[in-house]
Amino acid sequence: MTLTAKDVAEIMRLLEQSSFDSLSLEIDGVKLNLRRSTAAPARPVAPVAEASPVPEVRPVQSQRPKAKPPSEPGLADVTSPLLGIFYRAPKPGEAPFVEVGSKVVPDTVVGIIEVMKLMNSVRAGVKGEVIEILAENEALVEYGEILLRVRPEA
Amino acid sequence: MLASSDVDLDSLPARLAERTVCIGPGRPSDSYLRVETIMQAALGVKADAIHPGYGFLSERSALARACEQEGVIFIGPTAAQIEAVGDKLRARAEAEAAGVPTVPGGAVETADEADVLARKIGPPLLIKAVGGGGGRGMKRVDRLEDLPAAMGMAAAEAGAAFGDRRVYVERFVARGRHVEVQILGNGAGQVVHLGERDCSVQRRYQKLIEETPAPGLSGDFRSRIHAAAIKFARRLSYRGAGTVEFLVDLQRAAFYFLEMNARIQVEHPITEAVTGIDLVAEQIAIAEGRGLRFAQEDIRREGCAIECRINAEDPARDFHPCPGTVDTAVWPAGERVRVDTHVFSGARIPPFYDSLMAKIIVHAGDRSTALEQARKALAATRIEGVATNLRFHADVLADSEFERGGVDTDYLPRFLERRLAQEVQSHG
Repeated sequence: MTLTAKDVAEIMRLLEQSSFDSLSLEIDGVKLNLRRSTAAPARPVAPVAEASPVPEVRPVQSQRPKAKPPSEPGLADVTSPLLGIFYRAPKPGEAPFVEVGSKVVPDTVVGIIEVMKLMNSVRAGVKGEVIEILAENEALVEYGEILLRVRPEA
Repeated sequence: MLASSDVDLDSLPARLAERTVCIGPGRPSDSYLRVETIMQAALGVKADAIHPGYGFLSERSALARACEQEGVIFIGPTAAQIEAVGDKLRARAEAEAAGVPTVPGGAVETADEADVLARKIGPPLLIKAVGGGGGRGMKRVDRLEDLPAAMGMAAAEAGAAFGDRRVYVERFVARGRHVEVQILGNGAGQVVHLGERDCSVQRRYQKLIEETPAPGLSGDFRSRIHAAAIKFARRLSYRGAGTVEFLVDLQRAAFYFLEMNARIQVEHPITEAVTGIDLVAEQIAIAEGRGLRFAQEDIRREGCAIECRINAEDPARDFHPCPGTVDTAVWPAGERVRVDTHVFSGARIPPFYDSLMAKIIVHAGDRSTALEQARKALAATRIEGVATNLRFHADVLADSEFERGGVDTDYLPRFLERRLAQEVQSHG
C-alpha cells in the first residue's frame, strides 16, 4: 500500500478536525509528519523538570537592525565595514562625498567611519549610480549595516 | 545592550538583549578583542557602563583604561589592578609582600639562570609564561637535562599566545589540588571572602567540574586559605569581584598562591548557590559606588554546590571541539538546579569561540545529595546534533574516587587512562 495525494489530503483533514496538534505516520517506509501551523513544536519534557530554564526567546530572526526595503530590485548594498560613527562629508559644513544620483566606481569614497578618533574611509566597491542613502550623518553605524544602495552599471 | 559579532546575532543573548550592536565579523580579533570598537559602541549607544564578562577583554587593562579616560564605568577592577595581577611575576611579588605563601621558584632569563634555580628547587619543575594562563606556554620538566629544550618551547608558545616570551620556573607539586577563594572588594581596602571552590577536576588546565566547599579540608586550613586571599586582595585595595587561586600541596599539607583572576569566573554560580549572593549584582553595585552591602559575618555558606561544564567537544576524539548546529537541547530544571546556557534547540555553535555550551549547577544540603542531584540533572539533559562531553561527566560523577572527594589535579588524566585501558580490554 502506498499513500496517494488524496490519502494525504484526507489525513490532513482528519488532523484538522481532531484535538491533536501533530501526527506522525509511517507506512511501508513512507514517513509522514504533519503539524498544525498554530501549534508550537512539541517540547520534550525533562524528567526532573518543573519549568524550562531557558527564558522566553523571540521568534527566530536575525537581530540585525532592519533596513528599509530597496526602492527598486537589483540594487547593490554598500555596507559598513566597521562599527563607528558615519560621516557623509570630509569635514563638517563641506559637501557630502556622494548624493543620490552621484555616479560611483568601486574606488569612490562614499563616507568616513570614525572609531575612537580614527577615521576610516568607506569605498563604494561597485560601479553605478547612488539611488538611496540610508545611513544618517554622524550616527552610529554597526558592522554590516547598509549605508547606501547603488544601481550597478556594467 | 549587547555587543555582538555578526555570527552571534541569532544567539540567545542577542535575542534577550533590548538592543544588540553588531561590532564586527566572527573572528574575535576583528570584533570582541577590539578595544576601540567596544569603546566606540559604548559611547555610540550612550552606555553608562561596560560589563566585560569573563573572556576576551575582561582582563585586558586597555579596556579598563579606555573606560577610565572616556568616563564610562568599567564593571571590574581598576586598570592598575588588572596590570598588577595580569603579570604573574608581579602578582607573585605582591603575594610575597602580603605575606602569602608562593611556590618556590622565580623568573629566569637565560638557560644558565634556569639551571641554577632548577638545581636549587629540584625536579619535577614547571615552566610557565609570565604573560598569560590557560596552559599555554606551560611545560613540565621531570629531568634537569630536558630543561633547556622545554624552556625554549615554553618561551616560543608564550610569545605566540601572549606576545611575551618571558617565563618562570617553579616547583611542580606532584599531588596538588586547585582551590580558589572568591573575594569582593570595595576598592578602598575593605575585602570579604565568599568561601572557596575546588576546581581540581581539570584536563590540560581546563576546568570541567567545580564544587564548593572543597572536600576534606580541615576548618583551620580552610580559614588560613580564606585569610590569605583576603590579605592579597587587601594589599591591592582590590575593587570588584575577583578570585585568588591556590595550589594545595597534599604531601606537604601546605598551600601556595598561584594567581589572581581579576574578573568574574565561569564557575561563580556555585558560590552564588551556597551563599545566596548574586555576584554579578554585587559587581554592579560596587561599580556604582555602593560598596560592599554586607560584612564578613553576614555571609553564610549553606550546603554543597557542584557545577559541570558541558562543552561541544568529543571525548572520543581527544576532546576535539565540535561546532555545529544543535538540533535538540533539553536542559534539566527544578529546585536547586540552575543551568546557565546560550544553547537552545536550533542554536548554532560558531567555530570561533570557546566550546562551552552550558554550566549545570546543583545545590544540596550535603555532598552526597548534591552528587545524586548532579547525576539526575545530567541524565535529564539531552543534546543532539553536536558531540558533547555529557556522557563523560556522567562517568566521572559515577567514579568511586571522585565520589570519595578531594581528588588532585592529576585525577582526570588518570581516569582517562583507566577508561582507555578498560576499553582496550573489552575490545581485545
